[in-house]
Amino acid sequence: MSQNSAITIDDLNMQYGSATVLDSVSCNIPAGQWVSIVGPSGCGKSTLLRCVAGLTDPTTGTVRLEGKQPAFVFQDPTLLPWRSVAGNIQLPLELNKQSTENQSKLVLQIAQFVGLEAADIDKYPRELSGGMRMRVSIARALITNPTVLLLDEPFAALDEILRQQLNQELLQVWCSQQMTVLFVTHNVAEAVYLSQRVLVLNANGTLCGDVDINLPADRVPAIRNTPLFLEKTAAVTRILQEGL
Amino acid sequence: MKTKPSNSVIIYPILFLLLLLALWQIADWKWDIPRIILPSPWEIGTESFKRIDDLLSATLITAQAAISGFALALVIGTTLGLLFSVSKIARLGAYPYMIFLQTVPIVAIAPLIIIWFGGGMASIVVIVTVISLFPIVTNVTTGLRSVDKGLLDLMTLYQASPHQVLFKVRLPNAIPYLITGAKVSSGLTIVGAVIGEYMAGHGIDEQGLGYYIFMSSQNFQTEILFASIFLSSLLGVTMVTAVAVISRTLLAQWTFQLER
Repeated sequence: MSQNSAITIDDLNMQYGSATVLDSVSCNIPAGQWVSIVGPSGCGKSTLLRCVAGLTDPTTGTVRLEGKQPAFVFQDPTLLPWRSVAGNIQLPLELNKQSTENQSKLVLQIAQFVGLEAADIDKYPRELSGGMRMRVSIARALITNPTVLLLDEPFAALDEILRQQLNQELLQVWCSQQMTVLFVTHNVAEAVYLSQRVLVLNANGTLCGDVDINLPADRVPAIRNTPLFLEKTAAVTRILQEGL
Repeated sequence: MKTKPSNSVIIYPILFLLLLLALWQIADWKWDIPRIILPSPWEIGTESFKRIDDLLSATLITAQAAISGFALALVIGTTLGLLFSVSKIARLGAYPYMIFLQTVPIVAIAPLIIIWFGGGMASIVVIVTVISLFPIVTNVTTGLRSVDKGLLDLMTLYQASPHQVLFKVRLPNAIPYLITGAKVSSGLTIVGAVIGEYMAGHGIDEQGLGYYIFMSSQNFQTEILFASIFLSSLLGVTMVTAVAVISRTLLAQWTFQLER
């Protein structure tokens, strides 16, 4: 792959008091790649993602992003409770002063794209289920047509079936939108299934593994039973255990 | 979505009140209690009815003072809350004195207010403002500051201006808190108005319930004293109910957060 790198992380260090959260993390992520970051709890996965998003300043080191501001999907839906679904989805456009005439059409289009119905558009977050709220959160991230999408364990609070369903939908979004995705998870099988590449952080905040996932581009659930999938999952798990 | 209160919620208190009034009336007949000490319900009723016009206009005047002071407290309280949420120096420096203001008994500062604002409506309104300010300031300040961190991250991500953060996140977030503060304050407004009128309501034509409480106790018109006490309480309940109803209808979008 000789594409430009969408995200360049250069010698990133993060120190909270005497605790080292990230230790000399460097990597290049080419445009259009789906990269997952796995690691034990508290190893700095989320901190790394927040540094990439510019939400947290690293102690030393730099992050360079190509293109415009990234979109971020948080672990919680993080919706404004006093705004309707439509109001929440169009928030980024308002903040960027990009409101357009046919905005409501665009909002509806995006909402339907992530599996919401036209009838849901005027509902308030409190009237929606957890999965639906997450869909609103994803729609809000996609409304600005971002080139980089950052996901911080977005479906951790949902049940397994719903999670797989939403992951599958995210994959479709990624396929059709030519985005670069950085996905933080603690679930190895999920990371392998979704990604083209898996980065492993160890408990000391060091990048200790970088595994290419050369599975077929078209990810269907049946892939989970192929020898290659099992082999990659085992490889990532082994690196994780070594890093503990 | 809310369940309607069943009739028993209304009927039982009324039955209890009637029972109490009957016992009171019977006790008055049986022991012949002097009306200066404890007039019977019948005596209170007939005596008040003779002066119904005076008492009703007094109630309206007290209501007017309470509402004016309350409006002023809402404006000043929200402004101070904004200041405290924006400026750390203002918060650290001045906020403790808000608590001081709350702990000083209102009857202790009322004479000072009367010296400054004269013996009339202006002083009464200021006393109402002072007594109802604190719950509004504290609640609004808390509401502006206790915003979900994730929402602030979202604002940072999209490079929102401080202006956008205030109007799109902080102020809407503070509205349920403002409602809570206003509910607490609305009951206090009548306390403030009656104390103000008691101390400053003599020299003017508009004489409120506090004035009647003062005069009737001086003249041993105990029936009028009872009627004024009853009307003051009724006014307090009305204020609290009015604030609850207004917030539920005008700000329905926000009140759900309180009812959870």
